[in-house]
Amino acid sequence: MNSDEPHWDGGGGPERLYVITGGRSGSSAKTTLDLVTLIVARSGPRPGMQPEQAAIVRICQRPLSVAEISAHLSLPVSVVTVLLSDLIADNRVFSRPPVPPAKLPDIALIEAVIDGLQKL
Amino acid sequence: MDFRSSESPGSVETAGPRSEDALPESATAAVKVVIVGGFGVGKTTLVGSVSEIRPLTTEETMTQAGVGVDDTAGVERKSTTTVAMDFGRISINDELVLYLFGTPGQERFWFLWRGLFEGALGAVVLVDTRRLEVSFDVIGRLEERSVPFVVAVNSFPDAPSYPLDELRGALDLPADVPIVECDARLRTSSRDVLMALMRYLQTLAVTTEAS
Repeated sequence: MNSDEPHWDGGGGPERLYVITGGRSGSSAKTTLDLVTLIVARSGPRPGMQPEQAAIVRICQRPLSVAEISAHLSLPVSVVTVLLSDLIADNRVFSRPPVPPAKLPDIALIEAVIDGLQKL
Repeated sequence: MDFRSSESPGSVETAGPRSEDALPESATAAVKVVIVGGFGVGKTTLVGSVSEIRPLTTEETMTQAGVGVDDTAGVERKSTTTVAMDFGRISINDELVLYLFGTPGQERFWFLWRGLFEGALGAVVLVDTRRLEVSFDVIGRLEERSVPFVVAVNSFPDAPSYPLDELRGALDLPADVPIVECDARLRTSSRDVLMALMRYLQTLAVTTEAS
């Protein structure tokens, strides 16, 4: 992060998204990331990182879902998925997959959710 | 860090959850529930009333190809639409987190977020009695996908009130699918809707394990 970096206007125009992902789309990225896969950074952002990737590493010092990363960065999930795939490949972050669909409906899990909701 | 004061609200550097919204390090797995309903039915209200964080929005861009996409002249005719999905979060315990996604009823939007229903515990179909017709399609699509769901009737002050049995008939709901009334503005009421879904899933799980 340095002051020479452009400040994005927060807009998510197609051109900007194309630049961020190097023209790749979420559908071509080989990944198993779900909207609720939790992402945790292995360390802090490194100098020279792409600004969006540095931002992901910074906000994922504590677990954060893919959907939340997308919301906080104002980037589509499909774009975030591409960025995360690179960060995972580079060992910058790791993922905690959601409860696999094959295990659903899991009665112990449902009961845990009921217990949690009762405390609300 | 040195340039914090120069950051604009839209910059990459300022994005991030408030520290009190951070999940514990022990959070290891997440599950999701999808709230489906027509425009203005109260999805975001319901999500917001039970969520522990202020509802967040994720957007996807939908490109609608015009006629003649194969020739370059068609490129100009592509139009992009941004579709938003609001969501919230409930920490169930130290390890488990529940995410609630409010999605538009039209199926073409569901594909924007790949895997939205895949792995979802289930869905809540939020219904406005003034616009019941919106719900027919949603219910049909969920049945096709074998996504377990409950129906929640959001009680708007100026909406006609019908007995739930009558609504069940009007929506052609299977006998075992729960239908409940709610006031999406109220935390307890929205919580009870989720509870109704979980109880229903519980009976389904018991039935599955017994068979």
